[in-house]
Amino acid sequence: MGKKIVIPHITRIEGHGKVSIHLNDAGEVASTQFHVTQVRGFEKFVEGRPYYEMPSITARICGICPISHLLASVKACDAIMAVRIPKTAEMLRELLHCAQIVQSHALSFFHLSSPDLLLGMDSDPRKRNIAGILEKHPDLARDGIALRKFGQLAIERMAGERIHPSWTVPGGVNAPLTVDARDAILSEVNIAKSIIRRAIKLFVSIIDRFEAEIDSFGNEPTMYAGLVSAAGDLRLYDGILRFRDPAAGGTVVDVEDPLDYSTYIGEGVLPHSYLKAPYFKPRGFPEGNYRVGPLARLNVAERCGTPEADEELAEYRQRLGRDVQSSFFYHYARLIEAMYGVERMEQLLNHPRILDTHVRARADVNALEGAGIAEAPRGVLIHHYKVNESGAMTWANLIIATGHNNLAMNRAVDQVAKRFVRGQRIEEGMLNRVQAVVRAFDPCLSCSTHALGQAPLVIELFGQRGEALDRVSTDCD
Amino acid sequence: MDSKITIRIDGELVKADRGSTIFETAKAAGKRIPGLCNMKGLKPVGACRLCMVEVAGVNRLLPSCTTPAQEGMSVTIHSARLDAYRKQALELLLSERNHVCAVCVSNGHCELQSLATALGVTNVRYGYRYPKLGVDLSHPRYVLDHNRCILCTRCVRVCAEVEGAHVWDIAGRGIHSMLTCEMNRTWGGSRNCTSCGKCVQVCPTGALAEKGFAVEEMVKRTTSVERLAVVRGGSR
Repeated sequence: MGKKIVIPHITRIEGHGKVSIHLNDAGEVASTQFHVTQVRGFEKFVEGRPYYEMPSITARICGICPISHLLASVKACDAIMAVRIPKTAEMLRELLHCAQIVQSHALSFFHLSSPDLLLGMDSDPRKRNIAGILEKHPDLARDGIALRKFGQLAIERMAGERIHPSWTVPGGVNAPLTVDARDAILSEVNIAKSIIRRAIKLFVSIIDRFEAEIDSFGNEPTMYAGLVSAAGDLRLYDGILRFRDPAAGGTVVDVEDPLDYSTYIGEGVLPHSYLKAPYFKPRGFPEGNYRVGPLARLNVAERCGTPEADEELAEYRQRLGRDVQSSFFYHYARLIEAMYGVERMEQLLNHPRILDTHVRARADVNALEGAGIAEAPRGVLIHHYKVNESGAMTWANLIIATGHNNLAMNRAVDQVAKRFVRGQRIEEGMLNRVQAVVRAFDPCLSCSTHALGQAPLVIELFGQRGEALDRVSTDCD
Repeated sequence: MDSKITIRIDGELVKADRGSTIFETAKAAGKRIPGLCNMKGLKPVGACRLCMVEVAGVNRLLPSCTTPAQEGMSVTIHSARLDAYRKQALELLLSERNHVCAVCVSNGHCELQSLATALGVTNVRYGYRYPKLGVDLSHPRYVLDHNRCILCTRCVRVCAEVEGAHVWDIAGRGIHSMLTCEMNRTWGGSRNCTSCGKCVQVCPTGALAEKGFAVEEMVKRTTSVERLAVVRGGSR
């Protein structure tokens, strides 16, 4: 008789997710489903609000990366105002964004994923968390906390608050950078770099332990999407949206006007999930499966554009090839991007015009539609607004980074489950791998923070008629 | 007749100008009574019910902004009972419409918010009504968000009494009361509005604001009516 295994709470991710694994009569995985179980409703309830309130409203989508939403939103608002914002404002926004990328990547690697990587996928789930890392690898845990603090403090020094700052506004930012803030952030840059260097070294040293995971963690060909400069450098704040398909020999399309995104991105609906499944329109659904985020960005870009990150990228490509396919390497790519983020911050902070006081353009509604695209830590983030002539929102479409990866995550879960799960005997480590592949994408399912160690993991086995056959429960991890 | 009278406030003897209200007398004596609708220079209306005080010999609470001080009166402006009523009144105001401080232009500069902080309103005991209310963005420079309006009528009064335009009024009754512009026109369609911005400046919350201000940016200038009398346009 076929069985169904449900992982109702995927742990150590942001938000609520659930995985169902269907087994056939032989106890082998027949199919899997990755569900996102919450609905937020932002696109609907913002209708009627003034467009310039959108940055602060949409920032509330997420407590980890509010800056990404702020930036995509203010860029959409800039488009509605049809202004070109001052150069310094653009640099300050990018600076803020880099700080956020660094802190978010630190959270993902050190706090959420390092327990799987260092303590082992099969280790005791009660210790497989940041507290366990503190016990076994205290230096690494301290590094993680220090790197996240570097990013968060930089955000606070620039914008006044670490979470949901009101600094970025339509037209620019609302105050120039102070000399003190610049100097304070610069004084910590080298410490941040050395932490990332150590983390990269560590990751490289443990790669060999994860051959099976590398082989099966979403290791399937897809397209990739990310922002790049005209010269092909990695871009996080603003750039051309490039779709790359290694199988088709490289770049498939460059989307220069953010509003054109809808020509290439369609949004499919999966019956088992509240998360929509964007796909590359010219290839159809679900064949137009593509990935975004650190792995995709490094595949799409020709180079990072900062010296040390480029050195690391060269080594990464030497080891893994020009296009890296296994989603296990999201972790590696994330660390290289963190290095890029810190180096880019240093470049921007040393720019002669970074302290300029003209940082805001003002205008009324000059266009009834605008879109803003930024690279959130987890990938391409699109905000698209329509307003009436008074500036009241009439329609909004938000495509969150995690959404782009929905199809890829579903397939990755399927691949991992088929490789590791055998229904005759359930072992915790098998199911942890299913969750770990989701974690590799660092999804932000609710786009909100969750306390560590709170969500109980309950695995239930159902027979074909829905009767409960078995139940495994852990109160930790 | 002596132009001064003497009353007791919280047991202390205080001199007052004859004809002044309890609210004004207390303020002159350096004693603060909370309030959201009263404003020096505008006719008091007793709308917000936060300045309620106890007067010896009267078995109900009286709004101090509309009650004249009288010779020999003994007034209590701070007591456990009054604190409880004031908190209750504030909670009712907060539950009535959609006051979402985090995304409000007046966050950090809002009289409703600072009073709630001062009175220790840490939670609202009543169910929020979450009414579906509109935002009037039709005026080229200003915006009216009914979600944040507490019906204090400062805007109604400053427009009628100081600017002389009388653009604003209150329509409806009870819980259905709404600020309305010239017999239900949009603000942008108003025939009398001079776009002076006085109403925006006196509004204690983010209900009336200048357009284009991002969250936390709307700082009002409510210092005095003399200053307001010459306000023309925005504060940028």
